[in-house]
Formats: sequence, C-alpha cells, structure tokens
Amino acid sequence: MTVLVSLTILAPLFLAAAALGTRRLPRARDFFTLAGLVIAAVSSMLMLNGVHHDGTHVVHVGGWSAELGIVLVADMFAALALPVALSLIVIVELFAIGQRRTAWGSNPELSGPLLSVLASGVSLAMLTGDLFTLFVAFELILVSSYVLLTHQGQRGQIQSGMTYVAMNLLASTLFLFGLAFVYASTGTVNMALLTERIPELSSGVRIGLGAWFFVVFGTKAAVFPLFSWLPDSYPTAPTTITAIFAGLLTKIGIYAMIRFHTLMGMDDLGPVMLIIAGLTMIIGAVGALAQGNVKRILSFHIISQIGYMLMGLGLFTAAGTTGAILFLLHHMPVKTVLFLVGGLIENDQGTSSLDKSGGMARRRPLIAALFVIPALSLAGLPPFSGFVAKLSVISAGIEAGRPIVVTAALVAGALTLLSMTKIWLGVFWGPAPDPADLPDTPTETRANRRMMRSATALAVAGSLFISVFAGTVYDMSERAANDLRDAEVYREAVLS
Amino acid sequence: MSVSLLVAIAGLTGVGVYMITARSLSRIILGFSLLGHAAVLALLASGGPAGTPPLANQNDPSTIANPLPQALALTAIVISFGLTLFMLALAQRQQNLTGDDLVEDDLEDIRIARMATDDDDSETEGVES
Repeated sequence: MTVLVSLTILAPLFLAAAALGTRRLPRARDFFTLAGLVIAAVSSMLMLNGVHHDGTHVVHVGGWSAELGIVLVADMFAALALPVALSLIVIVELFAIGQRRTAWGSNPELSGPLLSVLASGVSLAMLTGDLFTLFVAFELILVSSYVLLTHQGQRGQIQSGMTYVAMNLLASTLFLFGLAFVYASTGTVNMALLTERIPELSSGVRIGLGAWFFVVFGTKAAVFPLFSWLPDSYPTAPTTITAIFAGLLTKIGIYAMIRFHTLMGMDDLGPVMLIIAGLTMIIGAVGALAQGNVKRILSFHIISQIGYMLMGLGLFTAAGTTGAILFLLHHMPVKTVLFLVGGLIENDQGTSSLDKSGGMARRRPLIAALFVIPALSLAGLPPFSGFVAKLSVISAGIEAGRPIVVTAALVAGALTLLSMTKIWLGVFWGPAPDPADLPDTPTETRANRRMMRSATALAVAGSLFISVFAGTVYDMSERAANDLRDAEVYREAVLS
Repeated sequence: MSVSLLVAIAGLTGVGVYMITARSLSRIILGFSLLGHAAVLALLASGGPAGTPPLANQNDPSTIANPLPQALALTAIVISFGLTLFMLALAQRQQNLTGDDLVEDDLEDIRIARMATDDDDSETEGVES
C-alpha cells in the first residue's frame, strides 16, 4: 500500500521530468507522459481496492512521526476521488495526442509533461494529511495550470490568464495567512491534530478560521461571488486544457473544503454555506442561459454545479456529505467529456459559437450521441449518474428541512436542461452553416480523429460506469462521509 | 509577538492590497510580492517569541526559536519568488502584444455596455415618433 500511495504522486512527477528531457522526440515523450499517468491511475485503483478492504492507510514520509513530519492519508474519500481524477487525466492526454498535430492543439512539448506535474499535484492534494502540504500541492497544480493556460501566448489568453493568475495568487496568499492563523492558535498544521485542537478553541476563533478557509477554497472552487475569473479564462485555453481544468481544478477546491470543514466540524458555517450554495447554483445556471458559445455555456455550468456540492456540504448531515461526495465523483467525468465534445465540435467546423453552427446531428451523429449522454446526465435526468447524484443531494436537503435551497437546486436543474437544449438547437439541429462563413478547419488525419473520438467515448463509458454501479459507489461515498464526519476514525488512523 | 512585526505585517498588507487594485500590471505584481511578504511575516510571527538559532547540538533547546514556521516561510518565499517571475513574464508578453501593460477592459462588460446604449437609443426613438 505504501508503494501504491507513493507511486500516485512520484510516478507522474519523475516521468514528467523524463518527458521534458525528451521533448523533441515525440514518441519517447508521449510514452513517458502516458506511462507516468497510467502508473498513477492504476496504483490509485489498486489503492481504492486496498482501502475498501483494509481501511485507511497512512504513510509517514521519511519515517517521521505524524506530529513532526508529513503524512499521506489514503482514506476512503481520497481513495474514491483519486482514481476518477487520474483516469480523466489519462483520457485527456490521449485526446491531446490525437489533437496535437492540428492547429487547435496545445504545444505538445509542454502540455504533456505539465499535465503529468498537474496529476502529481492532484494526487498530493487529495492524499496529504497536513495543511501546509495542501498549500504546496495547490501551488504545484496552479503553477502548471498557469503555464498550460498561457503557453500559446495569444492575446486573449494572456489577458484572461492574468486575471486567472492574479485571482489564484490572491487565494494562495490568503491561504498562507490562514496557515499562520492556524499555527498561531493551535501550534500545528497537521489535520489529525487539528481535529482535536480546533474544537477546543473559543467559538469566535474557530468560526473565523472556518470562514477564512471557506473563502480560500471557495475562490479556487469558484463559488458565488468569487467566480468571475472562471468563465473568462477557461474558454480561451486549448480544448484539452479546458477539459482538464473544468473537470478537476475547481473540484480540488471543493474537495479540500469537504475534507477540512467536515473533519473540523464547522457546522456553524452551515447556514452561510447553504445561502451561498443557492446563489451559486442559480447565478451559474442563469449566466449559462445568456451565453452564445458552447464553451462559455459549459463554463457557467461548472459554477452552477459547484453549488450542488456546496449544498451537500453545507447541510452537515451524513446524507448531505454523502451526496456532495457522490456529486463530485459524477461531475468530474461528465464535465470533462462535455468539454471534449466541445473540442470535437470546434475541430469539425472551426467554431463553437451557436450562431455560426448547425446541422451537426445529421452530419456527425457520433458527436451528437457523445454530447447527448453527458448533457442529459449533467441536467440530472434518469438513468444517468447526474440523476443519482442530484437525487441524493436534494433528498438530503429535504431530510434536513431546508426547503429554500432545495427549491433553488430544482430551479437550477431546470435551467441547466434549458441551456443544454439551447446548445442542441444551435449546434446539432437546424441548417448546416455555409462553409464560406466558417473559419478554416484544421487539417486532421483519420488517425487523429479516431484517437480523439475514442478518448471521448472512453470518458462517456466511464461516466456511464458510475451510473451502472451507482449502488456500490453510493455505499462507498457513504462510508467516506461517515469517516470524515467522525474525526475520531481519522485521528486514530494517523496518530496511532 | 513584537509590535514592530505586527506593524510591518499591517503596513505591507495595506500597501499590497492598495497596489493590487491599480490598473498597471507592474504595480499589481509589486502589490502581490508585498502581500506575499506580509504573509511570510505572519507565518514567522505565528511561531512565538524569537530565540537563539535552532541549530541541533549547539543551542539549548529551551531557548531556541521555533524552527517549523521558519521552514514553512522558506517554502512560501521560494514559491512566491517563482510566481513573481512568471507574472513579470506575462506582463512582458502583454506589453509586446498591446504596447502597454494596463489591464484591459473586460470584453463582456463592453458588450453589455453597448447593449445598454442600444436600448437607450431605441427608447428615445420611440418617444420621438
């Protein structure tokens, strides 16, 4: 187990270095990148199996005790989220290999190795057992994302990249201040020790710390009113990059929030979180309706969906946390797939603007099919994974007696469906556009196209997998939620 | 915690936040590095009173300063140094592309402002006819 946990972090990091070293040799570079990512993804799946049977596994890095050194904690929550996240990065890398010879692709010399570094950061962020390592992991993810977003150096990318960097830098600085506050008030940054010491603080300090970290993680997760950087910056990047940002980056913020606020028992923040969750859902969904471009509509949906996860967390009941975790697991693949399909549309006709496109359902039925499954899932229609996830969050809300936020969730769901219909009408139905109006489509070979479509199909299959095994996934999420809510379990695993 | 440290943190944070709100990217970058310094000082202050250097087997463990926040601060300094350089590179690129380093107007804002003026025009036309 110790080897598996370490491999998820180290394999992509070291092989990223190898891939950078061989960046001028496409075959060696792609091999090293994919090898690192696949090793990490397979290790994380084996880790899930191990944690499922033997319970939480703790790695003391360098053999230091938990009070002194860095610990990696593979608990149920981390073990559930990590395989999903890492498999998605593998799929996106496959898509990128298919796309990279086209004009829309990102620079392969940089994007492959950087995706690996990002994967390593994601593993570290999910597994770490102390707040400072979480900060370092966030920086690892963010630094690679800054470069991925801006490395093509086009004007729009630099402009929105600047907003993105500034916003995240501000959040990171606030994170550092928060670490100072936590250390000053408790004398540790280890989460297991914090679960013991934070509840002993006076309620003012405790709520203050909780609210501070809510702002820090909330900026990364793009909750209302800290979301404005997201729809500006995400659509400007190459498709593969946007897909991975959309599927993972904001989710790391919400993951950290679920872990921190549930473990520390910040139940007092519940009502505030619910209000913000409701506003995030509604404003994201309404914002999506006003957009005229596939990628921008999807970007606003990210915000709206973050609201559901926040709602599950804000209820602070076992069912609510379970719902939030389940929603997280469902959302990552579905969102990534939708952006990949957006990329296929863009590749096919040169634009993802709704006004300029049409008739895709007839010309490209495969792309239409790949779009409709995750789109219906995102809107929460049965029998897809989105339905199971939304149902569990909403029924947890009803159980907890919070009718207002439940209403907001239902309204946002209807609005999501409406804007998906808008994409369908604009892109897939209607007359095909006049070829003269369209910009030049990138030249792509049959092999490239097959690679991109297979990668997308693989991700769709993955999201269907979650809905087929919804019962098992729900049980596991429930166990993860219970382990998080009962800090005793976590503390015992880490400190003993 | 010494008062001078507290005053330094407050001053750096104040100036840093003021500079982040500026229009020019170079000022924003300077603002972020000042804010980063403030955060590092706050980390240092969180470690308790100052003491002798925390060197093993040389100084009495009861009089040494807390080494942990120093280690954390060092990591944070390295990270903020790298990010400052990256932001400077971005600002340089912006300068090459647009000829200045000002933050540009948001495209959506411009679009909405134009829609608003269009609406005003149509209303006044309606009144006149």
